[in-house]
Amino acid sequence: MEMPAPNTLVMSKKARLVALLQTVLPKTAVIHEEIETRAYECDALTAYKCPPLCAVLPSSTEEVAAVLKICHQEGVPVVPRGSGTSLAGGALPTADCVILGVARLNKVLETDYDNRFIRVQTGRTNLSVTGAVEEQDFFYAPDPSSQLACAIAGNIAMNSGGAHCLKYGVTTNNLLGVTMVTMDGTVMEIGGAHLDAAGYDLLGVICGSEGQLGVVTEATLRILRKPEGARPVLMGFNDNEVAGACVADIIKAGVLPVAIEFMDRPCIEATEAYAHAGYPDCEALLIVEVEGSPAEIDEQLGVILQIARKHNPVELREAQTEDEAKRIWLGRKSAFGAMGQINDYMCLDGTIPVSSLPHVLRRIGEMSKEYGLDVANVFHAGDGNMHPLILFDANKPGDLELCEAFGADILRLCVEVGGCLTGEHGVGIEKRDLMLVQFAPEDLEAQMKVKDVFDPAWLLNPAKVFPLSSSAGRRYAAA
Amino acid sequence: MLTPANETELSAMVVEASGPLWITGGGTCGMAAPAGAEVMSTAGLSGISLYEPGALTVVAAAGTPLAEVEAALAKENQRLPFEPRDLRKLLATDGEATIGGVVATNASGPRRMQAGACRDSLIGVRFVDGSGTAIKNGGRVMKNVTGYDLVKLMAGSYGTLGVLSEVSFKVLPGVAARSCVMLDGLSDAQAVEAMCVAMGSPYEVTGAVHLPHGADGAPVTMLRLEGFAESVSYRTGKLREILAAFGAARVETDPEAVQRSWQEVRDVEAFAGRDGDVWRVSVKPTDAPGIAARIKGEVIFDWAGGLIWALMPEGTDLRARLGNFAGHATRVRGEGGGARFQPEAAPVAALAAALRGKFDPRGILNTGLMG
Repeated sequence: MEMPAPNTLVMSKKARLVALLQTVLPKTAVIHEEIETRAYECDALTAYKCPPLCAVLPSSTEEVAAVLKICHQEGVPVVPRGSGTSLAGGALPTADCVILGVARLNKVLETDYDNRFIRVQTGRTNLSVTGAVEEQDFFYAPDPSSQLACAIAGNIAMNSGGAHCLKYGVTTNNLLGVTMVTMDGTVMEIGGAHLDAAGYDLLGVICGSEGQLGVVTEATLRILRKPEGARPVLMGFNDNEVAGACVADIIKAGVLPVAIEFMDRPCIEATEAYAHAGYPDCEALLIVEVEGSPAEIDEQLGVILQIARKHNPVELREAQTEDEAKRIWLGRKSAFGAMGQINDYMCLDGTIPVSSLPHVLRRIGEMSKEYGLDVANVFHAGDGNMHPLILFDANKPGDLELCEAFGADILRLCVEVGGCLTGEHGVGIEKRDLMLVQFAPEDLEAQMKVKDVFDPAWLLNPAKVFPLSSSAGRRYAAA
Repeated sequence: MLTPANETELSAMVVEASGPLWITGGGTCGMAAPAGAEVMSTAGLSGISLYEPGALTVVAAAGTPLAEVEAALAKENQRLPFEPRDLRKLLATDGEATIGGVVATNASGPRRMQAGACRDSLIGVRFVDGSGTAIKNGGRVMKNVTGYDLVKLMAGSYGTLGVLSEVSFKVLPGVAARSCVMLDGLSDAQAVEAMCVAMGSPYEVTGAVHLPHGADGAPVTMLRLEGFAESVSYRTGKLREILAAFGAARVETDPEAVQRSWQEVRDVEAFAGRDGDVWRVSVKPTDAPGIAARIKGEVIFDWAGGLIWALMPEGTDLRARLGNFAGHATRVRGEGGGARFQPEAAPVAALAAALRGKFDPRGILNTGLMG
């Protein structure tokens, strides 16, 4: 992965920079010994590593503003970091950067059940937001798989989704307001506890901007009352195409499940061997979950099962008890772990129109043979967000590169059929150089103009999102 | 009037423009073109280019009549999730609302508080910026985080950052059955409390409005439930139970009656044909009664109190009455009483102005409308 050459001038003044940062932060909040900065050398895209110049762990919006002001004055790049769970390298440092970690910003500032929101500092983990309100039977809807560890700051930066977004939307649909600090240290409030922006929808632009427009220190999030209950049903089919048609028919019938998950044979076999969830021996498996009171669930599942039967399933399994429901989800939830047992894997994240599902699965199968690398498919079928897992051997020279080339071909295919490169993981460095597959240069130019407005010196989270060739002029001009 | 027939023509017309342009869809917002501006209509950009009911996706040219989009969806028993308002009666305008106009104004109805605004269902745009460059963002899939989200930036930007040429939406299944639970005689404060209880329940209330002057002049609080028949009936019963403290609730289940009363709410018909300016004030629901007291005018509480519609004597500076408050006020009808949109805090206003400068460097698109 090509990264821009570090700024040697910045590298040479590390001591001065550390001293300046220590004037605005407690000593323990400035990490600069080489042995310690290594903890920040990568995120969950572990194939790429680079220790930062130093890392800071501010505890308040004021401290964040003070840090950014110093870095802005000194011309030092800043890489914001939530919990470091990005699969796209969204928090990969550069050698000349300061990592700004929000881990110490983890307080709940306000919970308001009447108006249904919670205001938190953004270092708080996704799951602990729900944890703060579940006593009152409320929850925060976006539920990325990494929710135990991932921070709200990262969720906002990547506009994270999850398994239940077919019904509840993704982060941007559940974010009401932010406190944000721009690179020059200006603190601003955008949005609030009320709905809708006063002027331009800046909140909508900030969400998903991968930490390149500002550092979000506080967030007002929408919370929802938990449904009375939920129940999954499992369906097995002997053909991917038939499973895809079944998904489309369910949606057309007017039922809106909270989740429709799809697994193909390689994935079913791997998870079966790992988690023993008792999945049927078949080509494609769907897990469909609906919510409501017991009677409402019966009504919705009645419609869904009737549709499924028309597609000649090899298995239809309705959870009768809490335990059976857990078993249905068990395999799906352990899919990634199961694949990790077999081999190293790369997890892709492209989205396709649901109607292209059979075609895309067939092509991925063909490409798998061409590349000689196995693929398992597990994804959110209701919204077309695919997660093909390509298996490779990190110890075998050339295998990672081969895997990356295969992954890039799958993402090109996603774009070709009308979809996109990333549905919920973000571009980061991983898909940066594929952006021109999906966008014309003028489309990227429009996005970079937004970056120019918020961060004219291009110091925040450098070398992410945009192909280096596209951003070169701006980066040199600013340096 | 300029009426481009396609995006290429639209681009060329913007490039060739020698002065300000006034971008208009169906002209149903009742905003007149300022003197000296040439009107550009999107009426020539029309038609649904893609509709996949099984993928819950529709793509249409910006000038496509809203009614045409809604009719196509209805045929497959689907709908736009955000229930766009038809404000023609309120604003005394005619013409045909366009889907692009809906996006440009982020027009969202009572269901907004539960299903999101127009911007939440919008998944892709094509537009031509003030330099004449055609730009696409987002696409036709509902989960997409590829690059910055300019889709949302375009929603509600009133044509000041670009002229929309095409918009894509995530749609939802239609509604099989609906009911309306009504409480009578509540004060503003009691009504907001009741609506908050309803919204904090697991019963998926899709409309919560309080009319201090209902059909017969007395206060009525209305809560809407939608879904499959059995489910609606179950939740109706549950909702009445948890609202028992607010008095005996009436229930309307006649589909047409429910539909009609919510259409009146959606379109703010209570203020149609009456003198005065109309404002909308966005606040957190529990602040609404206090804000309404400061407004000192006739009000309607939509979005469980989160959206206050106010009918004010012509030229009233509503913001002067409100003073500092957490939220914002927008004038929807009338000309006097300060800026149409709420002035923003300095750092945010600076970002907005800089964005305009980037996307419309010559300052020719609906100049001055948003600052």
